[in-house]
Order: sequence, then structure tokens, then C-alpha cells
Amino acid sequence: MSLPSDPQLQFVVEQLHARYAHALDADRLEDWPQFFTENGTYRITTAENEERGLPLPVLYAEGRAMLRDRVASLRHANIYEPQRYRHLVSSILVERTGERSAASRANFLVVRIMQNGESLLFASGRYVDRIELAPEPRYEERVVICDSRAFDTLLAIPL
Amino acid sequence: MLRGSTLRREWPPEGVTRVPYWVYQDEDVYREEQERIWRGAAWSYLCLEAELPEPQSFVTTFVGDMPVVVTRDPKGALHAWENRCAHRGALVCMQARGKAERFVCIYHNWVYDHEGNLATVAFRRGIAGKGGLPADAKPETQAPKKLRVASLHGLVFGTLSASAPSLEDYIGPDILPRIRRVMRKPVKVLGTYTQILPNNWKLYMDNVKDTYHASLLHLFFTRFRINRLTQKGGVFVSQDGAHHCTYTEMVEDTGDAYEKDGMRSAGSSASQFQLEAPELLQQVDELGDRVSIQILSLFPGFVLHQIRNSLAARQVVPKGVDRTELHWTLFGFADDDDAMQRRRILQANLVGPAGYISMEDGAATGFVQRGVAGSPDRASVIEMGGSAVGSGDSRITETAVRGLWQTWRRYMEI
Repeated sequence: MSLPSDPQLQFVVEQLHARYAHALDADRLEDWPQFFTENGTYRITTAENEERGLPLPVLYAEGRAMLRDRVASLRHANIYEPQRYRHLVSSILVERTGERSAASRANFLVVRIMQNGESLLFASGRYVDRIELAPEPRYEERVVICDSRAFDTLLAIPL
Repeated sequence: MLRGSTLRREWPPEGVTRVPYWVYQDEDVYREEQERIWRGAAWSYLCLEAELPEPQSFVTTFVGDMPVVVTRDPKGALHAWENRCAHRGALVCMQARGKAERFVCIYHNWVYDHEGNLATVAFRRGIAGKGGLPADAKPETQAPKKLRVASLHGLVFGTLSASAPSLEDYIGPDILPRIRRVMRKPVKVLGTYTQILPNNWKLYMDNVKDTYHASLLHLFFTRFRINRLTQKGGVFVSQDGAHHCTYTEMVEDTGDAYEKDGMRSAGSSASQFQLEAPELLQQVDELGDRVSIQILSLFPGFVLHQIRNSLAARQVVPKGVDRTELHWTLFGFADDDDAMQRRRILQANLVGPAGYISMEDGAATGFVQRGVAGSPDRASVIEMGGSAVGSGDSRITETAVRGLWQTWRRYMEI
């Protein structure tokens, strides 16, 4: 980690994480690909697979086209019970890796709320991100490492 | 009726075309299943041989509710035994996997070898002539149960039953070649995860065997013409009804049967849905027979899938009447090149809890569990394709589902 801390950089990255979380929690899935660079990647995996060095993703998208496909499928093809997420993102560490790039690690909790009111601690874990800072902050790579190897029923909405 | 049970249930007179909903609900039924099926004469999937790559490797798993350790001994032979100490019943092995020279129960330091034999008892003779076990004590009488183990093309199975037929005879000649078709060379594990299903384990198994639902529930299948019932395919059911295999050929479907009949899964012209990045679906015909999908199940709780270039073993682990864990192990072949590994990683998007074509299964079977809550006295209608149990070239049939229930009733004597 760079010392002394860079408050401006920290602020910019935290804003990116916050806007991302609010978009998903508000069901603005169509905005989701815009948080990534054109060739940005998104991968959900488990801590177990990461620790074992196994490449299997739970969900993987390479570039905005694949991210948009995921959204289109969720909107028009996949069937799942109405549900919402609430993301809590914290303990955000940010490191400058270049003039226009940064790396970030953050913890997350995602609560899943079903239409009957049932709330479940659906996922916990960490985001490991590579971020392009200009022209505006976007994820070049977002790896979502879930602490648990188990997923309740299905994982439709991205984490 | 179940013997030795307080349960007094009658099967509907229609027989195999009706499945009463109490089979998914009763605690007594669940307990009987553990004894008659999981700890009975069925063979259960344990792991891939690739997960036990070296002598002294082990993994822990389950056969029904029973925790099990699977090991490869120093000479390379496979063993499986109940993960329960002879002394007080504690788990002997608490790690998911690893390598061990021996297995030590943490509670009182009783030690087991790779075959599950009790090797030493701590302070068996006491200290300085005091304490310890009596000379004629036989704690081995309560030793962990040992399973018969058989490995078939890299898939490891076990059974507690001494009288069960060999694994090959259990599976039978109709299904065996379809396993060999996929497990044709050494595999490597790509990763694992668990999907928690909010329903009875049998609802998942009859979903897997239900060739009729796939293109109707899973819109992704139908809209991209990955699997339509109009495409060439078929279903094999083993002689006894217990196991099944269904397949779809790679030929693109150009018909409009779904559109003409107004299926929800076909969509309307106003909501045409196309992939911007279709490379996700690009299949290499690596098995050389132009089959795009093969789903194979073995009673009671094993599924082997090939969906394009995605390959996986799925293990069903019941966790009570209304909860089931599905343990997915996705794999490739040991000699995969980078391009094939990348293809398998991309196509991992099709399966698992976030799978484009499998995420709905957990939801649909959960809907049944909730839907039938008030109707243990009613039954599901399983009459597509008539009342027969057998192989055929139509998938608009529930023949494999009827096979499951024919088998279940045989085990349960009900």
C-alpha cells in the first residue's frame, strides 16, 4: 500500500464501488456493464477454488458485450423469483498502480430480500479490482471471491 | 406400505403415472430412505479419482446423511469408510481434502489407517498398570462402517451393501456406454461449488430425468435453439428404470413448433433475444459424435453432464425433507489445450447456480415443494408418453421420471 494515503484516489474508488452497489440494489441492471471498461472482465468465484488454484468461475464475463448478454438473459430468458439485493461494501483498500490505474480490495455483504420479506445473508466475500481511472473510473477487472462455496437456490442478479 | 414405520401411506391406484406428494414431505419417509436406499443396496457416487491423485490422498463426502472418508492408500488402492470414530462417534476427519499418513480422531486420539481400520487406542493399556481398556475389550465392534468401492472410468462409487451387484451390473448395458462416452480419458478438476436446493432430493432427481421440461422451463435453451424437443435426440432408460441418459444432437433447429404453439419459451417477435457474444456457446465436437447435450443420471443421486464442452459430475446430498445440497464438480481432460480450457471456462456460465440454463432448476423444484404443502393427499401427473418405462426417440415423455419412481418404490417396498 502506498504511503502516505491518497485521499483523492480513495474517494474516487469508493465512489465507484458505491455507485456500482446502488445500481445493482436499485435493479438498474442495464447500467451494470457501464461500470466496466470495454474489455473489462467480471468473475465470481469461491475462496475455496481460489485457494486451490482452480479456474472455475460461478459466473464469468469478458467485455461489455458478455455483460450485456447476461443482463438481456436475466431480463428476457431466465426465470427467477422476484428478489432484491442490499450490498454493504467496506474496508476498502486502494493502491495506485499507475498514472491512470489503481487496485482495490474491499469486503462485501449481500443480503437477498425476497418478495415475501424473507431476508437472507446471501453472500459475503471480497472484491479484488483493477481499475482504470481515466477518462472515468471503471473496472478493468472485478473478481468477486465469495467466502462460502455454497449458493442458495440460484445466483441471478450479479454480486 | 412401509414396514417397520409408523407411516401408513397408500400409493395411488394409477401406479407409476402418479406420485403422491407425501413422498416429498414425510420425515418417516426420509428416515426410511436413508436406510433402504442410501445405506441400502444402491451405489452412491463419492468423488472423481482425479481428486485422489496420489497415495495417501483423501476427500470427505456424504452418502445420504452418512459422512464418509474416501482415501487412496499408500499402495494406490481406493477405500471408503464412515467418518465416525469407533469410540464416541465423533468425526474422524474434519478436513475436506488433503493427504494424511493416518487419521486421528481429535476427541481422544484414536487412530485409523487408510482402510478405516482402528489402528491404535490412546492409553489402551493405561499408564503404570492403571486405567485403560480391559484386556478383552473390543472397541473394533463399533468401528466405522466400510463401503465397497468401485471406480468406473475415473468415477468413484461406494455402497454399504455386501449383496448389491457389481457397479457395472448395477448400471447396466444401456447406460454404461454413455458414461464411457464422456469419461474417455483422464480428467482434471476445474473447480467445485455447492447449490443449495430448497426442496426434497427426489424433486431434483425427477427434474433431471424430466426430458419434457428442459426446453419449456429454460428459455435460454429454446431461444437460442440449443435444445428443442423438435431437435433429434432421445432417452435411454435402464432395464430396471433406475438410471437414464438423454441426448440432443448438434443439428440446428430451424422449425417454428414453439412459435406456432405460443410457448412462453419461444418469445415473441417483439422480444427477439440474441447474444452479442455468441462465442460463449461455440462447441468443439470433442467426443466426435455430434451430440451437443447429454444428461445422465444414476440412482439415487448422481448426474453426469456434457453440455456443449462443459463437463461435470453433480452429487445429490439430502439434508432433510425440504433441503438438498447439489455438489458440482466441473472438469476437463488432463490434456486440454489452452483454447479448450478457455471454452470450458466460458461455458461454465451455462451451469451451476448462476447458469444460464440451470439456474431455474432450483427455483422450479422449490416451487413444487412449496406448492404441495397443503396436499399430501394429492399426486403429480406423470403421464407424458403414456405409462411405460423405457427408452425411445422422443423426449416429450416422462418415461425416465416413471423409472425413478418404479425404482424408488422397489427399494421402499411401497
